[in-house]
Amino acid sequence: MAAPYDLNDDSVVVIIGSGAGGGTLGNELAQKGIDVVVLESGARHEYEDFINDEWDSFAQLAWLDHRTTGGGWRVAKDFPNLPAWIVKAVGGTTTHWAGASLRFQEHEFKTLSHYGKVEGANLLDWPITLAELEPYYAKAEDKMGVTRTNGIEGLPGNNNFKILKAGADKLGYKECHTGNMAINSADRDDRMSCQQTGFCFQGCKWGAKWSTLYTEIPKGEATGKLEVRPQSHVVKIEHDASGKVNAVVYADKDGKLHSQKARIVAVAGNSIESPRLLLNSASAKFPDGLANSSGQVGKNYMRHTTGSVYAVFEKPVHMYRGTTMAGIIRDEAKHDPSRGFVGGYELETLSLGVPFMAAFLDPGGWGRTFASAMDSYANMAGLWIVGEDMPQEQNAVKLHGELKDQYGMPIPDVWFTDHANDVAMRNHAYQQGQALYEAVGATRSFPTPPYPSTHNLGTNRMSEKASDGVVNKWGQTHDIKNLFVSDGSQFTTGGAENPTLTIVSLAIRQADYIAKEMAAGSI
Amino acid sequence: MTTIYEQRPGISRRELLKRGTIGAALIIAGNAVISPDRAWGMETTALKPETMATLIKLARDIYPHDAIADRFYAIAVKGHETKAGTDEAHKTLIEDGIADLDKRAGANGYRGLGWEDDRVAILRDIETTPFFQAVRGDLVVSFYNQKELWPHFGYEGESYSKGGYIARGFDDIEWL
Repeated sequence: MAAPYDLNDDSVVVIIGSGAGGGTLGNELAQKGIDVVVLESGARHEYEDFINDEWDSFAQLAWLDHRTTGGGWRVAKDFPNLPAWIVKAVGGTTTHWAGASLRFQEHEFKTLSHYGKVEGANLLDWPITLAELEPYYAKAEDKMGVTRTNGIEGLPGNNNFKILKAGADKLGYKECHTGNMAINSADRDDRMSCQQTGFCFQGCKWGAKWSTLYTEIPKGEATGKLEVRPQSHVVKIEHDASGKVNAVVYADKDGKLHSQKARIVAVAGNSIESPRLLLNSASAKFPDGLANSSGQVGKNYMRHTTGSVYAVFEKPVHMYRGTTMAGIIRDEAKHDPSRGFVGGYELETLSLGVPFMAAFLDPGGWGRTFASAMDSYANMAGLWIVGEDMPQEQNAVKLHGELKDQYGMPIPDVWFTDHANDVAMRNHAYQQGQALYEAVGATRSFPTPPYPSTHNLGTNRMSEKASDGVVNKWGQTHDIKNLFVSDGSQFTTGGAENPTLTIVSLAIRQADYIAKEMAAGSI
Repeated sequence: MTTIYEQRPGISRRELLKRGTIGAALIIAGNAVISPDRAWGMETTALKPETMATLIKLARDIYPHDAIADRFYAIAVKGHETKAGTDEAHKTLIEDGIADLDKRAGANGYRGLGWEDDRVAILRDIETTPFFQAVRGDLVVSFYNQKELWPHFGYEGESYSKGGYIARGFDDIEWL
């Protein structure tokens, strides 16, 4: 039923990427009768193909193209070629994500106004408000089946949650529950309910967790207005003499280049590939890259202030059983500068299997300290810290000066250094996390450093003024009217919340805008 | 090709004693490393068997799990033998790295140091070298990714085929 479009068809909207942003936008446009071609660099693995094995799944799904890193973050030392743990497959990182679906808080759209100037940070207010986004949050929650919205029951708490909740009670935290999760707690939308399998990060083999792979994309295809081309790696966006984009050049699975004509192009390749593509599309007319008159493309790279706390108890926990992230404490998500930092953070349950625990508990660690921690694996509980990090101009996705990929395009070089505010927040969260577990009898706990980034944000940021950012309030680039950005790289600031719900909400809203403007003939 | 096989026959207890190996020490015989109880053996072609025996000891010193047998450490490091067979630079990295360990350890070599603490002190001095980084970086996957070891850690692995944990204890904690 999927409509195959001709390479010379210049009436189509071409979307680059099929994850939370691109997959959602594609379906929304197709539902409105607009012709869409989605170019996805990865292959199509249906959910029955997913693998309940951490390294095998990583080999199947992870984005492993050559990348380099720099800056002061520990990832650059421990995982120099893996700045981010994201996915190259149809469905993008919605195959891997944990399902946590939280709305931003009102003040998080207005951080510069609310926090005031922060030395060394490039804070800016979003050009939209929570009130403007609320109707779209509501649509996204319904679409994704988010628990504790639309009358949907919360997920049952697993062992790891029970420990978190007991600790939260001891510390006096008030807002602790099994989360707002885009994971079915009962059958819904022709998808079954969560079977507490674990392995949420390896792709849900039941389809209980929302992913564009088996929701938005097949729904879009069923309209006959959406074509997804897997293994189509975009290398360049081209434009006409007037400066409007008009074609996208991509390599197929054999490395052969094709050019797909386009009426509109929407970039949704995640916050590393999206700016890289705009920079690599530099031309005589746009020598600094597309949509980069502000010089902000690739800048202000954010990755959330993260970290984990794992703790060992006298008796077994088996934290890996059940939904990985169905557990949250929201009390620290508020903005309360008396803690010594601006912004806030969430605490969410997390577990890793033995193979990944060995790789990530204390990267580079060895000896008895490390081995005895691993010996206590069955008795461990774990949580993840996710908090707002400060945008900084020097934290950036840049083009590598020498290294190129197989298509001759410079590879991305991802620079990141924590802001002092990020460090203060992480230390506070480590302290709270360790205190929480000690309150329920932990005999040992580990403040585990951040993993390669899963929340990549901000590198094509949204701004009121064209001089401050790359896109306007609709995700439309300030410089080129028919070029859009549809992923988390639009984020002006990161908030404390897992970003997917906001990415999906922005994509639904952007689809309305694109349809309206197309109908009006203005793009 | 390296092989790990069980029940290697052919070496008598008398022979073993003649070689002067007692206790938990690995035995070198010809081109093979053999476990003291002769439960398994491993032939080498690219690396010296002595090198392989030291690698196994080194692997245990890096991730010391006293309840896990040498065999699993041998499986975890055999990739170096395979790689050394086709990659001369890797062979040199490993042989030179092990020779350096032996030199630092003195007359009886690395394996001859009886106390783990003495061996670990040497490793702390070389932990930033490409040799140590290569061995540890490979080992963290090749050791902990062995499914046979997961029961030791209390990890149950794949669960989809068993219907997940919805009826198998996802919320069975009772001690809280």
